[in-house]
Amino acid sequence: MPDLWEAARLALALIVAGDPELVEIVARSLAVSLSAVAIACLAGFPLGALLAVVRFPGRRIVIVVVYTLMSLPPVFVGLLVYVLLSRSGPLGVLGLMFTPTAMVIAQAILVGPIVTALAHRALRGLYVEYRDQLCSLGARPWQVAPTLLVDGRTELATAALAGFGRAIAEVGAVLIVGGNIAHVTRVMTTTIALETSKGNLALAMALGLILLLIALAVNAAVLALGRDARGT
Amino acid sequence: MLPLILEGIGFRAGGQDLLAGVDLAIAAGPPTLFLGPNGAGKSLLLRLCHGLLTPTAGAVRWTGIDAERARRRQAMVFQTPVMLRRAAAANVAYGLKLRGLARAERAARTAEALALTGLAELAKRPARLLSGGEQQRLALARAWALRPEVLFLDEPTASLDPAATGQVEAIVRGIAAAGVKIVMSTHDLGQARRLAGEIVFLCRGRVAERAAAGAFFAGPRCAEARAFLEGRLTW
Repeated sequence: MPDLWEAARLALALIVAGDPELVEIVARSLAVSLSAVAIACLAGFPLGALLAVVRFPGRRIVIVVVYTLMSLPPVFVGLLVYVLLSRSGPLGVLGLMFTPTAMVIAQAILVGPIVTALAHRALRGLYVEYRDQLCSLGARPWQVAPTLLVDGRTELATAALAGFGRAIAEVGAVLIVGGNIAHVTRVMTTTIALETSKGNLALAMALGLILLLIALAVNAAVLALGRDARGT
Repeated sequence: MLPLILEGIGFRAGGQDLLAGVDLAIAAGPPTLFLGPNGAGKSLLLRLCHGLLTPTAGAVRWTGIDAERARRRQAMVFQTPVMLRRAAAANVAYGLKLRGLARAERAARTAEALALTGLAELAKRPARLLSGGEQQRLALARAWALRPEVLFLDEPTASLDPAATGQVEAIVRGIAAAGVKIVMSTHDLGQARRLAGEIVFLCRGRVAERAAAGAFFAGPRCAEARAFLEGRLTW
């Protein structure tokens, strides 16, 4: 126990002092995960809207697959991206292995199904409510999807935050495709894993606390959005 | 585009005939009211007329234009108003945007429709925060802004209090006075007396009687309608 308290005290000191290494790692984590979530949402939200509105053969199968992919294990995504990007892999010539870009790709694949499925669920409910009215007003299918994306903005923001929570907290994918290289691909979760194994609990603890704070901020944001959404 | 011709309309769902053998010609003129008990098929018939549903038997025809063009010259207000998650004014402007109207024209028509329905001061309020009566008036404003030739109303006051009902009826009368054909369903006898030019009485998925409003209320010919007017349950 004394070790734990000592580590926590050192962790707080690092955070309060704004330790440069800590700041660098936190900034990289945020940059990688926010980029991944942005890419996932750009693809996932329109796809979710289309799955909610357009009827085509195999739609149900696509939906089941997307929902299944929500529970993709991060290490497996890491492995897939590793196989794709490794020197001998199909995309090896791009030289992306062990770069932040590779980490963004892996996390985007991980988060994509989550934001797509959550968008589908939210927009489907909205579409059931709006369908007759929009049809009555003469909306075409390609006009309905953008309407749902605009009016479902609160639910979509919640979906994005859920995706972000998943991305920022995962370690398996970024460890495999990033390699945890100091000052290049080292992020919060990979640092925690490394520093813990080295016995350097203070830095690991500080990063853990920051992760918790980020989770707190994300959940507060989700709650606040939910409150705003009730009326508007 | 009127008369609207319904030829042998039937609608079958879940192994039951919800509507059967409906032949009607709805002509221009004072409001046509679909009257009848709950479950008679009033809302269903309105939806078939408006083209939200396709009949499983028979056909719905407009005179002189196809269904696609007729769609742009009619509007509908539902029993429960569907409010987009936007400001009141944006709800009205949305329908106009779908029709491809320019921004200035949209703004002008939106302001006019909100003024006519007494909602000018609530233009910027989120539509879903309005009261039930205000929401239904906003739905009327949204429909009216489209300048329809035919306006379908599905029990528009079913969940409103007497004051809000009065406001909605006043707006409906105003729209009818402007030459718009009103086709409306209700189970409210008082409302039917106040608004109807003619009555189409529905019972168990069939048109039991059709008559001018005065004649219908003076003495309905069919037994179901007599029972309905006397407040006796009919099944």
